[in-house]
Amino acid sequence: MTELFGWGRYPRHPSEVLNPASPTALPSLMASHSGIVTRGNGRAYGDAAIGARATLVTRGLDRIRAFDPMTGRVRVEAGLLLADLLDVMVPRGFFPPVVPGTKFVTVGGMIASDVHGKNHHRDGGFGDHVESLTLALPDGSLLTCSRTENADLLSATIGGMGLTGTIIDATFQLRPIETGWMRQQTIVAPNLKNALDALQASREATYSVAWIDCLARGKSMGRSLVFAAEHATQKDVEALRPGGEHFPSLQTGRLSVPMDLPSFILNRHSVAAFNEMYFRAGAMKAGYPFLVHWNPYFFPLDGIGNWNRIYGRRGLLQYQCVIPTAHASSALSSILDRISHRGIASFLAVLKQMGPSHGDIAFPMEGFTLALDMPVSNAAFPLLDELDKTVVEAGGRLYLAKDARQSPSTFEAGYSGLTRFRDLRRAIGATGRISSRLSIRLGI
Amino acid sequence: MTSSKTLLLVGGTSDIGRATALCYAKAGWRVLLAARKEDEARRNADDISARTGTEVTTHRLDVLETNSFDAFINGLPQLPDTVVCVVGELGDQAKGQKDPAHATQLLRTNFEGPALLLGLFAERFLERGSGTIVGVSSVAGDRGRGSNYLYGAAKAGFSAFLSGLRNRLAAAGLRVITVKPGFVRTQMTAGMKLPPVLTAEAEEVGRAIFTAAEKGGGDIIYVRRIWRPVMMIIGSIPERIFKRLRL
Repeated sequence: MTELFGWGRYPRHPSEVLNPASPTALPSLMASHSGIVTRGNGRAYGDAAIGARATLVTRGLDRIRAFDPMTGRVRVEAGLLLADLLDVMVPRGFFPPVVPGTKFVTVGGMIASDVHGKNHHRDGGFGDHVESLTLALPDGSLLTCSRTENADLLSATIGGMGLTGTIIDATFQLRPIETGWMRQQTIVAPNLKNALDALQASREATYSVAWIDCLARGKSMGRSLVFAAEHATQKDVEALRPGGEHFPSLQTGRLSVPMDLPSFILNRHSVAAFNEMYFRAGAMKAGYPFLVHWNPYFFPLDGIGNWNRIYGRRGLLQYQCVIPTAHASSALSSILDRISHRGIASFLAVLKQMGPSHGDIAFPMEGFTLALDMPVSNAAFPLLDELDKTVVEAGGRLYLAKDARQSPSTFEAGYSGLTRFRDLRRAIGATGRISSRLSIRLGI
Repeated sequence: MTSSKTLLLVGGTSDIGRATALCYAKAGWRVLLAARKEDEARRNADDISARTGTEVTTHRLDVLETNSFDAFINGLPQLPDTVVCVVGELGDQAKGQKDPAHATQLLRTNFEGPALLLGLFAERFLERGSGTIVGVSSVAGDRGRGSNYLYGAAKAGFSAFLSGLRNRLAAAGLRVITVKPGFVRTQMTAGMKLPPVLTAEAEEVGRAIFTAAEKGGGDIIYVRRIWRPVMMIIGSIPERIFKRLRL
């Protein structure tokens, strides 16, 4: 038995841990265990990747099985790290169709969480790009799932949090890029309404996201920096950085947080000071385009190893909701108002426009998503319960990959595909056999 | 970058084998992966091929089937320029103490099979007048310890074999390299508590092998330099004290 926890370091549960070195070991492991769920690199924040009794870790399944440099199509095993794929593919002029905010996730985890990137409004979630995958069912049998073959299992598995079986490998298409640079433009939005408008206006940009200052109150409430970006062309590099390398190398010097910081380090004043500095630095760059390396553009926090330890021993809670467009402005105002008045510190608050998704219980929906984090504290839980009510009333829902505490009723209200998902789980014998702490908590 | 040279990697499903083969492929070498489980070796072959764009083929070989070695060598698409053998099995010391069959398997897997195979390659290389041989042995062979002397004895035999082969082939200008990786984080050591300073990643071993064999490194290499003084100290403890230590 090992004590397992997610990236938020809350909650913690004991589980048996299985580490298969090869896909051939999976069928018998699946068939011989009950109360099992699959875990990639453990970057889900809450209890999604902690098995009820056993947890199957796929990091040994990290091979690229095929790559066609003419088309950019790859087939990879599910435990391959996105970071590894990027290392190999970027210098060859290819980029994954969708990347989340950290590159230390596995491909299997990206499918199971149907991760979204800064291009969700245009390109959908990672799951939308999966052409086919191999799934090990609870009884150990293997199935190929694609749009034409076992399509119902594919849409249940995309965003299905590992609850339909174990993803063994997946095939998807990479996109060609001319350079490893991003051409970024910053727009300053002095309040929430302007931020939503700016995101709406930058719909044409491939990538767009807003960093939002959760501590700003009154008429500055929701003040944001909106970052829009494109993969830079060779021409862009010539114009903005004449003579610059097309594929700049990765800076390897990484900061790391070596231990849990005492929780008093993060308080209203320190975070407000950080936010003020960040806002001003960003605002200075506003207006004209500049080049950024793909790595800090997509994965700013990966530069600080173990940043989750900033939040101290008790861990952190991520709160990510999505609100349908029609109610976004009012619901988000009400959420920000409560957060800013409670002064519960949040470093990272991100606002982003989303398009629809195709998984049965996948998170994305047409609307706006807000993500923020806060230290685990006695005050945090009732506050988040209050926010849940606003989200449910607005027809929104919470991201399961981030969740550690929502109630079954909040969950059921947000996910209309749940009945279908439960029926499918029953049909393939997954009910009760494939279960995580999250699925038990939410009654999936 | 490109080179028409060929590597034969024996033990193509191991983590060290995978990392070593990847290092060679990145340098433009053609790679032949030999392993007992050919479909598992195929995973590594596909991976290396996708990562580097070089051709990687797989070849079935069981180092315990010594009678098959000649046919195996003749069946290769070509005689390689370098052969690296990373085959090894830690086994179960306690089991081997009571079960001669398990002990025999450990001795044969770690010594007999690899030594006889590399010996045959030595003959072919002498005939051709070129070729490099790399054997992955172990620090466990430097001095027998109570906790793993079956494995250690086999590796000691393998180290002595490589030493003798090196001595014999030197006159013809052929190189034989002995690698003693120390602790390495791999499937073989998964779940063991290893001291971080003494523990290498498989990638480090791969790079060390490539450097030693292809860039004129030493004849006997410890991957992490710290192992040389550590083994010197362990080697110089008088037997009357050593025998009382729990190692």
